Order: sequence, then C-alpha cells, then structure tokens
Amino acid sequence: MISGKAWVFGNNIDTDAIIPARYLNTSDPMELAKHCMEDADTDFVKKISKGDIIVGGENFGCGSSREHAPICIKAAGISCVVAKSFARIFFRNAINMALPIFESKEAVEGTKEGDKVEINENTGEIRNLTSGKTFRAKPLPPFIQKIINSGGLINYVKEELAKKK
Amino acid sequence: MTITEKILAAHCGKKSISAGELIEANVDLAFGNDVTAPIAIEEFKKTGAKVFDKSKVMVIPDHFAPNKDIKSAQQCKIMREFACDQCLSNYFEVGRIGIEHAFIPEQGLVRPGEVVVGADSHTCTYGAIGAFSTGVGSTDLAAAMALGKLWFKVPESIKFVYNGKLKKFVSGKDLILYTIGKIGVDGALYKAMEFTGPVIDNLSMDGRFTMANMAIEAGGKSGIIAPDARTIKYVKERTKKPFKIYSSDKKAEYCKTIEFDCSKIEMQIAFPHLPSNTKPISEAESMKIEIDQAVIGSCTNGRIEDLETAAKILKGKKVHPNVRCIIFPATQKIYLEAMKKGFIKIFVDAGCAVSTPTCGPCLGGHMGVLAEGERAIATTNRNFVGRMGHPKSEVFLSNPAVAAASAIAGKIVGPEVKK
Repeated sequence: MISGKAWVFGNNIDTDAIIPARYLNTSDPMELAKHCMEDADTDFVKKISKGDIIVGGENFGCGSSREHAPICIKAAGISCVVAKSFARIFFRNAINMALPIFESKEAVEGTKEGDKVEINENTGEIRNLTSGKTFRAKPLPPFIQKIINSGGLINYVKEELAKKK
Repeated sequence: MTITEKILAAHCGKKSISAGELIEANVDLAFGNDVTAPIAIEEFKKTGAKVFDKSKVMVIPDHFAPNKDIKSAQQCKIMREFACDQCLSNYFEVGRIGIEHAFIPEQGLVRPGEVVVGADSHTCTYGAIGAFSTGVGSTDLAAAMALGKLWFKVPESIKFVYNGKLKKFVSGKDLILYTIGKIGVDGALYKAMEFTGPVIDNLSMDGRFTMANMAIEAGGKSGIIAPDARTIKYVKERTKKPFKIYSSDKKAEYCKTIEFDCSKIEMQIAFPHLPSNTKPISEAESMKIEIDQAVIGSCTNGRIEDLETAAKILKGKKVHPNVRCIIFPATQKIYLEAMKKGFIKIFVDAGCAVSTPTCGPCLGGHMGVLAEGERAIATTNRNFVGRMGHPKSEVFLSNPAVAAASAIAGKIVGPEVKK
C-alpha cells in the first residue's frame, strides 16, 4: 500500500523540468535526487517527505528519454506518480525500473495539493483520504504486468537469457 | 497495413499485425549516448550477457563531449571501456563522429525497413529514410543490447498529407513546427506520424530528417516517410548492405488523416516554453523580440543544407553587436563539407562562433548556455523551461534562415527583411 501527501503539477511536465540537463553529467541517483522537479518547483525536494506522491496532468514526462527522470523521482523518496496521461518513453522507463505509475483522469481532477492519498498497487484503487473519494487507475496490460512481476525489465531479460541456455 | 505495421511485422516473424498488438521485435541497431548509455551499461552488466551483435550496438559520445568536466569525462570513459570489452565494431571517438542522429544515417549505419532503438528521444529521426526508429530509456537499451529484441505496442498511425507548394524559405522545420502547433505536444502521443503528400515528395533528405526528428515533440512514437528514389539514392551512396523498402497499402488503417495546404504556411516560430506554441514569422516579427543568442545546428538542423541556408544569409553581413551567434555542424563530415564550400569562412567573417559537433548548446549542457533573463533563437528542437540554461532564460525555435537573419538583426526577423 502506497500512502503520502499529494504534490500537484500541471500538464506537459517535461523531463527538463523533472531533471534539468545541466545535472546529467552524472547518473548517481542521490546526486540527481537533489534536483528533482527543480525547474517546475525550485524548493520541491526541501518540501517533500518520504512516500509523497506526484500528481501530474496530461503527457507527464514528455521530452527526452532520460531515465534520470524516473530515477531522480524515486531517489528523492517519491512513492509513485499519478497522472492523466504519461509520455510514452517516461511510461516505459518507469515500468522498467519499477517506479509505480497510475493513469487516472478522475483521480487527478479529484486531488488537491496537500491531500492525503492512499493507493493499492495491486488493484489500482486510489483513495483520497482528505476528500473521502475513491478512484480507479487504468489497468496495465498483462504483458507489462509480467515485466513488473519479474521485478523489472532486467530480471525479465535474465529469465529470457536463461531460457536460451 | 501501414508502413510501420509492415516493418514491425517483418521483425517479429508475423505476416500481419495491427495497431494495439503487443509484440517482441528484433532490432537492427541499438545505441545510447554519454547521458543514457552509462546507466544502460550498468543495467546490462547485471544480466551477465555479451551484446547480441557487436556490429548492431553503438555507444556515442556527443552530449557533453568533448567532455565539459570531470563527471562527463567519467561517463564517456564508461562507454569507451564498454565498447572495448564488447569489441563493438562501430565505436568512434570525438573528432571522428558528431551528433548521433546526423552521424548514423550519414554513415549508412541505418537502412530503410529496419527497426532501430536508441536511448535518446530524437531516435525517431531515421523514419526519414523509411525505418521504424524510436527513442527508449536506458534499461530498455540494456535489454535490447542483451537480447537483440524489445517489446513494443504496435502504434496507431496518423497520416499527414502536405499539399500545395512551399513558400520561399519555408522548410521541413516550418512544416513540423506548424504540425506540432496544430496538434499539440501530445497530439500524436504513442502514435506513428506518417508524413506524405506532394510537398514531402519534393522535400530534400535533410528536410525530411528535420521533420521525422521532431515527431517526439508531438508525443509521437515515431515519424516515418516512405522511401522513394531520393531515399534510395541517399542510402545507396552510404551502404552496400541490402535493405527492404516498405510502403503503406492504399487500404491501410489510420486513426486520423490530417491534410495541410502548405501554400498558406509561413515560416514558424515556437515561442517559449513549448514546441507547440507556434506563431507565423509575420506575427513574431511585429513583436520586435530582441535576442542575445542565435544557435544554428543540432540533430534537428545541423546538416549541410541548413548550414548552406545560414551561409547564404550571413554572407558579407555581420552578427548584431548584442548577439552571440553559435553554429555547430552536426558531424565531422558536414563540418568538412561546410569548410570546402566556404561556409565556415562566411560564418567566421560574420562574427559567428563555429563549434565542433556536439549536442551541448541544444540541451543547455555546454558551449552556449544562457544566463538569467537571456533569450535565444535556435534551430534546435525544444524550448522547455531551462532547456538552454537558466530556468529564467527563453528559447524560440525556428528554421536556419530565420535564426541567421535574426542574428544579424538582433531581433527575431525573417530572412527577407534583414537589415
């Protein structure tokens, strides 16, 4: 069960806002975490607590393919991202490195900054404890669930390689 | 089937597939750069595998290379050692390469009908020669390097038809900016953008690369143009390897068809802070927007035709005293050709800084970073907040003719009205 405070952002939050390119000369997660969401909200990392939730609008994570974006979100202590829709490379990256993401227009529209939100990762049920409303995220296709159940893409690759031997 | 469905079907051993299907497709090329490859290499090592084919995996130092600091030098070192350990046949150092998306097609390392994945969002560029190519993240790249295949959801296609005749100086860049302006930065989310019509038939290869390059700025999974005689000539000049030409069936299914009358399209400027925030040059000019920097180059507009356009405008002129004009040819080959054709002399005479090929300025990495409150016109692909430097700087996107004319005028103007 995921539980945390919601931090609400608008539409088209791009990867340059999530982790500006000026910090991409390293791939150290803790170093990247210091600058998470910096160009969208300068004080973001100072304000958040471990387990908090990012709530985005349409096309969250658009722009570059940098995996540093989901990496820095995860390393900053954010437990998951809920958005109306995700840009496709960000979507793949998050799945591959096991950052939970949930797509639900209704949940985003029904969540205000600071609301306490609880999410059941298995059922995709999103409960806004502040307002008392419940939402349901769009279910992931079975193939993607298979990757998640393997523990991410690299474990899936290991299983595939073992089959070849 | 569409061209995209046909290519993907051929790469997963199926006779026919349709949009929405999940497939595992064999990849013909998998690559990353100095930002994305180090993470991919770390993930790849966890699998204990060797690369699936040493001629089909590349790691390319282009983003912060030539290394801007110690951290970026470490990133490049990780790639260099990986290339050596895995005996990669196509590893090139600074001085013999350039920006990945210009270099790979220029060297014939990608061919029509292939499936390419790159850990860089602008990998969609090779759709210009009729390949299915798409950007992925580092972990996806690691998987592709190990298995030689990757999962995809077969995308729906949007057909764009460009009719009419282009006005003077209106280029592939203007067409793609106009398109993104019309459909929005998520207008083609998860979709293949198929560019067709008489205007595309007449468009140069360099113009086609620019269009496919920016498919991602509309959220597209890929951009694609069916190969024609021009494509085949371009590819055959660069590779002896056989390739297969695909095209969409007349009855292929599209989720949408969008037609444009290009005779009415002006040169386009994308205002901060989204590539979709476009206005025609006439409107932008009337706003008298002063600039501090003009940037001509990148994987979008750093090819020889782009430099030729800029050279024609800058010839015998001087860059405005308040402006820094930075020109970065996309590859060493383009640099040399620009030198032979006299473009580099024109640029230096005009007071431009000509840089070695690098992605640096486009992403605010190095070689042209903006200070607080500064404004640039750039032929690059993104104008997000902080893209070229300080979060309070601004980037306006344009074609090379507008960028060159604006460098001379000190404000955003089209080429015909330069001072």
